[in-house]
Amino acid sequence: MGLLEIRDLRVTFRTRDGVVHAVDGVSTSVERGQTLGVVGESGSGKSVTALTVMGLTRLPNATVSGEVLFDGLDLLRLSSDRLRAVRGRRIAMIFQDPLSSLHPLYKVGWQIEEAIRAHERVSQRAARSRAIRALASVEIPNPAALVDAYPHQLSGGMRQRAMIAMALVLGPDVLIADEPTTALDVTVQAQILELIRTLQREFSTAVVLITHDLGVIAETADRVAVMYAGRIVEQGSRTTILDAPEHPYTWGLLESIPRLDSPRRSRLTPIEGAPPSLIDLPSGCHFHPRCPYAMPICRSIDPGLLASDPGHVVACHLPVAEKRRIWRRLRSRPAAA
Amino acid sequence: MTLYIIRRLLWAIAMLVIVSALTFLIFYAFPSADPAALRAGRQATPELIAQIRHALGLDRPVYDQFGIYIKNLVLHFDLGYSYQNNVSVRSEIFSRLPATLSLTVGAVVVWLLIGIPIGVLSAVRPRSLLDRFAMGAALVGISAPVYWLGLVALFLFADDIGRIPLFGGAGSYVPLTQDPAGWFKSLILPWFVLAAAFAAFYARMVRGNLLDVLGEDYIRTARAKGLAERRVVLKHGLRAALTPVVTIAGLDIGILLGGAVLTETVFNIPGVGRFAYDSIVNSDLPAIQGTVLFGAIFIIVANLIVDIAYAFLDPRVRY
Repeated sequence: MGLLEIRDLRVTFRTRDGVVHAVDGVSTSVERGQTLGVVGESGSGKSVTALTVMGLTRLPNATVSGEVLFDGLDLLRLSSDRLRAVRGRRIAMIFQDPLSSLHPLYKVGWQIEEAIRAHERVSQRAARSRAIRALASVEIPNPAALVDAYPHQLSGGMRQRAMIAMALVLGPDVLIADEPTTALDVTVQAQILELIRTLQREFSTAVVLITHDLGVIAETADRVAVMYAGRIVEQGSRTTILDAPEHPYTWGLLESIPRLDSPRRSRLTPIEGAPPSLIDLPSGCHFHPRCPYAMPICRSIDPGLLASDPGHVVACHLPVAEKRRIWRRLRSRPAAA
Repeated sequence: MTLYIIRRLLWAIAMLVIVSALTFLIFYAFPSADPAALRAGRQATPELIAQIRHALGLDRPVYDQFGIYIKNLVLHFDLGYSYQNNVSVRSEIFSRLPATLSLTVGAVVVWLLIGIPIGVLSAVRPRSLLDRFAMGAALVGISAPVYWLGLVALFLFADDIGRIPLFGGAGSYVPLTQDPAGWFKSLILPWFVLAAAFAAFYARMVRGNLLDVLGEDYIRTARAKGLAERRVVLKHGLRAALTPVVTIAGLDIGILLGGAVLTETVFNIPGVGRFAYDSIVNSDLPAIQGTVLFGAIFIIVANLIVDIAYAFLDPRVRY
């Protein structure tokens, strides 16, 4: 059993337009020291899954079912107070835009001290020196001075480092990073990912890395879950997902990233169509309206996740031999000529 | 920062000259009673009126009158003498300031103490029964005219004409220095009446701001840190939601210090607003000028203080 294990998680929101099926039966897990990459388009349910683990979707209009097991506790059934003791201390989270995620009116150091003092009874002075050490550990230069900086006085990369310092200051078991590099420059992205990896090795933290960027996945994840319309459609080790994917949606994601070995003027192959409305989901396989390989059965019957190899699950009706043949053809083709 | 303040003060002076000129223009351009005739009494001869007109300088050209007014104002901070009873407008206004100040400060305290908590409670539970009731009451509070609300309050609670005589009625104002208990008792009704509309407006403003702020990413971060919800709302949400409220509060205080005309009139409080009302009724130009100028000064100063305060409230603001 993983350190954090999600079983058949379902989250729906009642809205004026109808019931939104944001997460529709997600099961996955992550081990200590391991990185789980969760990839998918916007609206695929990645972030809602993460927020639900943190108990941040406990809203009057939300219905949550399933299990989120962490260290023997079902987080979904924990009282708000006991969940709050887990949140921030044992499971921490960082977000996409560090500028809007840090409070603009409080100093960075104060915000880190507050995170410490929310969970531990320590003096202000002790909290402050820990905040400075935390800033030093994320390689912020001159942390003793920048502890008194306001978020707007830092660069984007420094802000995200400060967020990471705040998330990791209490040594959590799990770090959920929701698009941590999306708002950053490409050069800074690599530094932030490297920083997360270094700290992860140091504390053997389990990391859930949510992204729409397969490049980020390729660099960091041990295992990958591909999400589409609130469901995991394929899950496996990084090498499996990148080298031998078996779901047409995963193929589409891989085909739509630029490759250095492709001819300069070649076009990328986007996935045709738009993600479905989560209120009025397609019948059968949710991906069938956009799938170039859809068969009549895909329209009516939901394929469900089935193991194709040990540790590799796929939700697709195509015969295995057919899938391998298609992927070989796609990969051998001079990328999107 | 210093340079900014100096520049703002220079602008303030120009502004005050423009305000005085406009008051002059409006007074002469629009028909009003002849101050000399009013001063002369009921059965005055034309000669007497002409004599008074000359004595008050009303027979001079308007620009001349304005020039003399500005000269005295700049050189001696002299606001002239009332056409009505020859008292110095400046000393008249200064003697009335404590009453206006008492009314304003008390009302500000009342409306902030009522408006902010109601706004917060409504924002935390939007569309709840409490929210709906509070916002409905706020609508009534904003819509009710002060003079009506004031009269209702007097008929209900004043110790002379009220059904439930609890507090001081109209005209019961005594200065704080004379009788603190009497001062407090006489001002309770005016405070609440003046504060009613403001409390309602502030409750709606705080609710709206806080609802916006509670949707911000940094509130999600605060919750993700494992903070108690009360701390998330008050320390993180309200702190950000109150910054614009401070701006509006500063301006409102400035406006009211210039005289809460209706409230002071209904409750017969001898403040600057009451003085302004009387001087308009009497076509008493120097008194009108004086009160308008004072009001303008308070508003300009309040504006300046708000802008300076902003730099302290929001570290992102720099001048």
